[in-house]
Amino acid sequence: MINLKYFIKGIVCSKKFDSPAIALGASFIAIGALLKNLGFNIQESIFSTFLTYALPGSLVMAESMLIGASLVNIFLAVWLVNSRLFPMTVSIMPLLKHDSQPRWKYYISCHFVAVSSWLILKSNYEEIDRKYRIDFWIGIGTATWLIAIFSTVLGFYAADFLSKDMIIGLAIVNPIYFMCAMIGVMKTIQLSSAIILGAFLGPIFYFFSPEWSVLLGGLVAGSIAYFIGEVYDS
Amino acid sequence: MTANIVLAILVTSLATYISRFLGALTSEKIGETSKIYKWFNCVAYSTLAALISRMLIFPSGDLSDVHYILRIIVILLSILIFYITKRNLVYPTILSAIILATLNSFAV
Repeated sequence: MINLKYFIKGIVCSKKFDSPAIALGASFIAIGALLKNLGFNIQESIFSTFLTYALPGSLVMAESMLIGASLVNIFLAVWLVNSRLFPMTVSIMPLLKHDSQPRWKYYISCHFVAVSSWLILKSNYEEIDRKYRIDFWIGIGTATWLIAIFSTVLGFYAADFLSKDMIIGLAIVNPIYFMCAMIGVMKTIQLSSAIILGAFLGPIFYFFSPEWSVLLGGLVAGSIAYFIGEVYDS
Repeated sequence: MTANIVLAILVTSLATYISRFLGALTSEKIGETSKIYKWFNCVAYSTLAALISRMLIFPSGDLSDVHYILRIIVILLSILIFYITKRNLVYPTILSAIILATLNSFAV
């Protein structure tokens, strides 16, 4: 069903020294602490990371609950902030496709799409035999997902021992790691312009609509970058 | 478990899974070398960059209590450390947490 060799390869890949798993772990420790302070019990905190496994979505949920937002509002706010997962999924699934693999693997493993697992796959997939890339991906996903759940538990129980300054320190780890990782992948004109334009347009669009800023900023920046790349990279 | 919290978690996970699942469905008809794939790839990177810079410039949660000058100092120092350490990802990440926690404990 799942090729064990490639599955384990995926797990091992997620545990490298400079793996995005560090950023993932730190940020979910902060989430665990946040959920506890919000009044979640340990089962609910685990359940949340288990089912959602997307950091900005959990943050939005927590903030919406603090201000007493309705379920419809929570749904819309989370959908908007996590809609980035749509282009992210489209940009990795074709790399994993193989006719011999059953579709359910793709439908279930799309749950593992998150920034960290996405980056691990993007920087390692070329070395993997195409036929088993989906199993490799499931390995990466399982490892990062379990790290997120374990870190949530750790954060939940550490909440009482973490000072405010320490939680703030943990919260900056995630965006800083991914900022550096993004700078690291700026190798073609197309990708560099996509990343630089996105980084500027996201906050600029925030002034017009905080909820839509990430989605619209990404869409506009990505489209401009695509055309820039078509002209200069070829 | 409190009913409200469980419902909120279910709603959050559903709102999240929709984008992932639609992505998996859409990508079935998209080839790795096609132009539309390239466009989606650009949009994915841009959206991530937009999200990360928004998290740093207009943060939510605990980070929003930190003065923006402190955040800018940490961002610039991290980029500097990233280049000094020959594009190592671990040093800027760990140092950013320590620097911010330290700076913030001095700020009132």
